[in-house]
Amino acid sequence: MNSFKFLTAPDVPAAIQLTDDQPLAAFIAGGTNLLDLWKYNLVNPTALIDISQLATLSALRELENGGFRLGAAVKNADTAYHPIIESRYPLLSKAILAGASAQIRNMASNGGNLLQRTRCYYFYDHQVPCNKRVPGSGCPAREGYNRMHAILGASEACIAVFPSDMCVALAALEARINVTGIDGERSLAFSDFHRLPGERPELDNNLKPGELITSIDLPEKGFPLNYSYLKLRDRHSYAFALVSVATALEMDGHTIKEARIALGGVAHKPWRSLEAEEFLRGKTACRENFAAAADIILEGAVGLEYNRFKIKLAKNAIIRNGMMALDPDAQLPGAQPSL
Amino acid sequence: MNTDKNVGRPISRLEGREKVTGAARYAAEHPLEGLLHGYVVSSPITKGKIVEIDTTEAMAIPGVVDILSHLNRPKLAWFDLQYTDMDAPPGTVFKPLYDENILYNGQPVALVVARDFETARYASTRIVLRYQQEPHQTCLEKHLDKARAPKKGLATALKPPPPPPTGDFENAFENAAVKVSATYHHGTEHHNPIELFATTTLYQGDGKLTIYDKTQGTINNQLFIANVFGLHYKDVRVLAPFVGGAFGSGLRPQYQLFLCVMAALHLKSHVRVVLDRKQMFSFSHRPPAVQQMHFATDINGKLTALGHNTLAETSNFEDYTEPTSNWSHKLYPAPNTLFEHKVVPLDVYTPMDMRAPGGSTALHAIECTMDELAYKLKIDPLELRLLNYSDVDPSAGKPYTSKALRECYLEAAAKFGWDKRIAEPRSMQRGNKLVGYGMATGIWDAFQFPSRVQIMINSEGKMVVDNATTDIGTGTLTVMTQIAADELGLEMADVEFRYGDSKKPFSMFQGGSAITSSTGVAIVVAARSMRKKLLKKAAEMEGSPFRKAKEEEVVFSSGHIHLKNDPTVKISLKDIIAFNKGAAIKTTKMGRPHMLKLRKYSLATHSASFVEVEVDRDLGTITLTRAVTAVAAGKIINPKTAKSQILGSMVWGISKALHEESIMDPQLGKYINANLGEYHIPVHADIGELEVIFADEKDSLINELGTKGVGEIGLVGMPAAISNAIYHATGKRIYKLPIHFDELI
Repeated sequence: MNSFKFLTAPDVPAAIQLTDDQPLAAFIAGGTNLLDLWKYNLVNPTALIDISQLATLSALRELENGGFRLGAAVKNADTAYHPIIESRYPLLSKAILAGASAQIRNMASNGGNLLQRTRCYYFYDHQVPCNKRVPGSGCPAREGYNRMHAILGASEACIAVFPSDMCVALAALEARINVTGIDGERSLAFSDFHRLPGERPELDNNLKPGELITSIDLPEKGFPLNYSYLKLRDRHSYAFALVSVATALEMDGHTIKEARIALGGVAHKPWRSLEAEEFLRGKTACRENFAAAADIILEGAVGLEYNRFKIKLAKNAIIRNGMMALDPDAQLPGAQPSL
Repeated sequence: MNTDKNVGRPISRLEGREKVTGAARYAAEHPLEGLLHGYVVSSPITKGKIVEIDTTEAMAIPGVVDILSHLNRPKLAWFDLQYTDMDAPPGTVFKPLYDENILYNGQPVALVVARDFETARYASTRIVLRYQQEPHQTCLEKHLDKARAPKKGLATALKPPPPPPTGDFENAFENAAVKVSATYHHGTEHHNPIELFATTTLYQGDGKLTIYDKTQGTINNQLFIANVFGLHYKDVRVLAPFVGGAFGSGLRPQYQLFLCVMAALHLKSHVRVVLDRKQMFSFSHRPPAVQQMHFATDINGKLTALGHNTLAETSNFEDYTEPTSNWSHKLYPAPNTLFEHKVVPLDVYTPMDMRAPGGSTALHAIECTMDELAYKLKIDPLELRLLNYSDVDPSAGKPYTSKALRECYLEAAAKFGWDKRIAEPRSMQRGNKLVGYGMATGIWDAFQFPSRVQIMINSEGKMVVDNATTDIGTGTLTVMTQIAADELGLEMADVEFRYGDSKKPFSMFQGGSAITSSTGVAIVVAARSMRKKLLKKAAEMEGSPFRKAKEEEVVFSSGHIHLKNDPTVKISLKDIIAFNKGAAIKTTKMGRPHMLKLRKYSLATHSASFVEVEVDRDLGTITLTRAVTAVAAGKIINPKTAKSQILGSMVWGISKALHEESIMDPQLGKYINANLGEYHIPVHADIGELEVIFADEKDSLINELGTKGVGEIGLVGMPAAISNAIYHATGKRIYKLPIHFDELI
């Protein structure tokens, strides 16, 4: 870990202004991923700009359009346990609580959750090649131990997956991301925020240099009646998803009025298929229809030596989670929040 | 022994408060004025030579004091023998910073010494190393053709090769009524104690060093340092008052000790070296293994042939072996046997003992093979064990000093509710969950090492007991205090056990579940001598009522010597010391196993584990809902700390069965999940309800205490019990560990 400056700013514009003088600066809120990356010698920022104390980033509040705004610096745990999130957006609450550990959720920020780096073993080892870390250096994961890696949307250059649970729910809920940069504010649809690796695996998302996430807006519709988050992993807590599924349903009796299904642990970003969701519209909520939707979602999935299982596992998980969403109060194990 | 006032009581560990409040200082926590900090530079290549080390940029960083490598290190001992240690396997010991050769990935190639840890670590990233790489071989499964017989050496004494063949195995197996052949695959595991390996060296000048080290053997490391650096052993003091887990990784001196002492001597300064978590994967580990099993029975389930062939990884410089193929015939009689153990040398560091080395690997394969036989025979798996039960050790033809395994089976089965098992796989269900019951046997050695103890009664009539052993978190301090207090009829508060210090009388390293019997027996022997001395002194006092008293006519209790037939006649230990002009009375004695007597017997602890799992029928997810382990380990000195040992090792068994594995990337030649985020050990949510039973096993033959040790036996049976439960739940037999849930869908 190199020597660095620790900078504070009175507000968001001032914080962004600081990046102008400090090209190798990093914003810090919770730091739960940044410090790991730093200690592993993957990043070496020369300055930290502390945004954890900025009032405008620290609020949770209702929006005039009926939605709800999550400040970027609000802690994951404070978000998950907020009464409005628990009652109106329980899918988000469940997803957050399935992630990391209680200690990390108490520290990690909402904005930081969107920006966490992949957990690919090879990315984390600065002594080995990695196209995401050093563009053009190669990808040992493709021929190596690729149990955790992508089955959808991967490229020759990169098969890493995005590790967040929270973002899988945000994708299903169609949240919007508000960002501020030198050129002012803009808002991105959740599906436009993260990107697939393609030829540029070093870019995880579409933020421009110096841009700061200020908040996440949830739309009015939160699917509070029929939802489920199912996370499958190698131990019952404190492990990243091999496959996770966020399912939100709007029901009319046994008929699906609207369905949202997002997958985690399978691609470089939370994975949705609008075609599959459209397929479910007006259909009966049953195993067969969820299975057919799963086939649409997983079309084009490619398994590698150690992650082939994910294709079948994802299908079974989509079916199970669809059924669980019909009765969210009887959450079966696998959806249980981590402790 | 006079009373069992403290022995047998569930006493909380005496240093517990210090540990949980952070008051206990571990090896890296001793503050020293002017302390320098070393950070190890690790090789990124697996095999080859260092061509160049450019330290220009790193040395220019403010706070960097020196960078030591093979190019500029001080002169070192040359002979291999001087680097050896009490647990060194046959071969050529690894010598850090010795020359330009790289033998394995992560090998230490330099030590950066700086005024603080962060600077040292940062400077390590600014060193430019150039290598000449050579092709490497690191993957056991790809190089099984290299398997050969291991070399023999000193360490073979504790780790005997498998016994020679008996009968006509091949013919018997070929023609057997019922048989199972199976090959089991085990991955690599690293010990990963929570306390990182660390050494703080206090440089005293005049060739004298005081070293706080993370170790399981203070004297082992003292002698190693004295030999390597040419110091008098009396000038080297190794202290390890607290050890934050070790599990075998501290049985040999690790390279941070060597590097820290080298830097301290070279820079004439206090130095600390702490490894980081990734570097905890750069030395010893449990070797991966392939085990080929061939068991056969007659039509009634009596075993007729046992074949067990183990192929296990070792390094290219030492031949590490662990007893693996040896175990089945210690449990089950069979007229025809064939046991082999071969090693496959690879470009890795030498493997090392890790909790129940060999046993936990072997018993998984053995007890899963027994389970498979039970299904083939349509005999209840517990029934099959009882059918092949033996009170003698069939491999040696000797009786056990004690063996309450039958009681373990029956008590654990009753507690678990084994009778509710429906034999057919996939027949028990709860909602979406398939329920499985599994059981397995455990067996482990009952070692005792020679150990020397000094007992002193001081001017306050209090007892001070000295021995060089460590307490690696097992409760040694508490247990020894209990034993010592009872031996002289004192309250535990009046006994001080001093340990974790190479200056104290001799103890072997703390491994093999041996220390309770080793140091414990030495205390009993020394206390016997002390009681004689005290009685003799008491008899010398004017008008002493003990003048003619014989040893068997007195009793030591409440800090006094009493006449047995008139307990009101007494004298306090304090008064005896006062009569001795206030001078403490001391005695030093050696406790050792009764080799002659014990030669006629086999010695072992036993256990039986019963496990229930739930497996999701669609998703494969595995939940261990409950487990019961019954243990027969002789006398239990402290049921609380002993139970903690069993619980901890049951959790380890769950970890071994379902979670733990260091993933070797054969292309890169390195472990790629070298951190606790990705090297999975269980979290609380993975552990169901665990129960421990201690079978009543009286053993008057084994040693003065009747103890056998409980550090490892709780682990041995669990992995097989879990695998067998998963088979019962799903009908799928997974011939490898760890078992991943996706293998069940």
